[in-house]
Amino acid sequence: MTQETLPPKPLPTPDFDTEPFWTALKEHKLRLQRCADCEKAYFYPRSLCPHCWSDNVQWERMSGRGTVYTYTIVRRAPHRAFTDDVPFVIAVVELEEGPRMPVNLVDCPVDDVRVEMAVEIVFEDINDEITMPRFRPIGG
Amino acid sequence: MSGISGAIAVVGIGEPEQIGIIPDKTVNQLMAEASKAAIEDAGLTKDDIDTVYSHGGPAANIAEYLGLMPVRGIDTTSAGGASNPIQLQHAAAMIAAGMAETVLITHAGNNRSGRRASGQLSMGGGGNSWDTPIGLIGPPTNYALAARRHMHEFGTTSEQLAELAVSTRRWAEMNPRAMMRDPIDIDDVLDSRMIADPLHLLDCCLVCDAAASVVVTSAERARDLKQQPIYLLGAGEGHTHVNIWQMEDMNRTAARESGDIAFAMAGIDRADIDVAQIYDAFTSEAICIVEDLGFCEKGEGGPYMEGGRTGPGGDFPMNTQGGGLSFNHPGTFGIWTMVEAVRQLRHEYEGTDRQVADAELAISHANGGHLNHQVSLIWGREAS
Repeated sequence: MTQETLPPKPLPTPDFDTEPFWTALKEHKLRLQRCADCEKAYFYPRSLCPHCWSDNVQWERMSGRGTVYTYTIVRRAPHRAFTDDVPFVIAVVELEEGPRMPVNLVDCPVDDVRVEMAVEIVFEDINDEITMPRFRPIGG
Repeated sequence: MSGISGAIAVVGIGEPEQIGIIPDKTVNQLMAEASKAAIEDAGLTKDDIDTVYSHGGPAANIAEYLGLMPVRGIDTTSAGGASNPIQLQHAAAMIAAGMAETVLITHAGNNRSGRRASGQLSMGGGGNSWDTPIGLIGPPTNYALAARRHMHEFGTTSEQLAELAVSTRRWAEMNPRAMMRDPIDIDDVLDSRMIADPLHLLDCCLVCDAAASVVVTSAERARDLKQQPIYLLGAGEGHTHVNIWQMEDMNRTAARESGDIAFAMAGIDRADIDVAQIYDAFTSEAICIVEDLGFCEKGEGGPYMEGGRTGPGGDFPMNTQGGGLSFNHPGTFGIWTMVEAVRQLRHEYEGTDRQVADAELAISHANGGHLNHQVSLIWGREAS
């Protein structure tokens, strides 16, 4: 199958909840919300703290470091748009600050990925509007 | 015993003759065939149905298509594979409260033949800004995340997952309606191609076309009908997330709560269950749920599967129609967990190896979404 016949990969659609998250990524910063009352950071962005329902939530820059909670090596493209990507890795990364995020792991042979492996964020600029957060092993 | 225990019974079940690949029928046509069969099985007529619940299309649409309008109630609960069994629990509550008398629950899916080759990935219909752009699309990728975590925490092996696929296939060999009936062994599973590591093709359920319907009514009315009533003794449901990465612990589903509620309501122990129908979208998922339901300790589901325990002749007969892995799976399989529990308790397979001898008590458990929705139903030949 040639590149031309593949449909484009879907991109995120920022909304009133998530726009600050995507704007920060454009600046190559990972920013999530933290509750000023119960002090928990959380993902995904939303208008109230899901833990204590406080409205007093603030955006905060995260370290961008974490560990792999779990992962899968995708061998069969789950949609034609990903035909040229397989095999690729989807990981759930647990950030040092606590929240977990689903991401693609990059810069690592797929068979070398391990649960609890230390990882850090890298930024992939897709276009003028969207930068995707990817993660890679720390220290190669 | 408490709640709705023994208050309602399944009195009719039905399926279209066709199953597997049905390129020439709409989901409404399939639900119509299944519903006619179920109502006939019950010895009722369409005029007896006062409430319609469905999954696979809006309940109002199928109620109108079938000429059942006006009805007293509709319900189109959207909880993936758990939808129809959740509707069964809702029906039980409505009947016990006197707000419905005879409820038709129906499902059809044509994920095999109705699948359209879409050019664009949509953010709607289950997709979102977090999952779709990274390729976290569809069941295998999602369930693989949980399977990997189970292996990491408990040392569960691919061979142990394969044990369940092999045992389930042995039941399918006895089911003339099953799509996959050729014997397999553990190596066949391990040698099948990897879909989303660690899930091989034969760890994954089928994709097909199929339909089924169930008719339920009050225990009182059930006693005068054509079939041996199969009574609902306990029921419970639980929901933990929509996005699988929002699960606090990917190895712990709401099946623990749904099972505890259902067993407490039924007033029986796990050891009393003669036959189990436990949703098997993936080998790994069914194993996690067997643990959560308390049939073995958390983390011991892998070893529990060894030695063909869930297959014919094993001491935990499970998915005796061949399950979603080998019988059928048209997108969602929940209704067949109930249908097979009823058939086993009716002793429909008497005289064959498929019948679990003297089965008096059964559990049907359904899972929906990506471990999101769990519903446990306990069934008996007697109302108490």
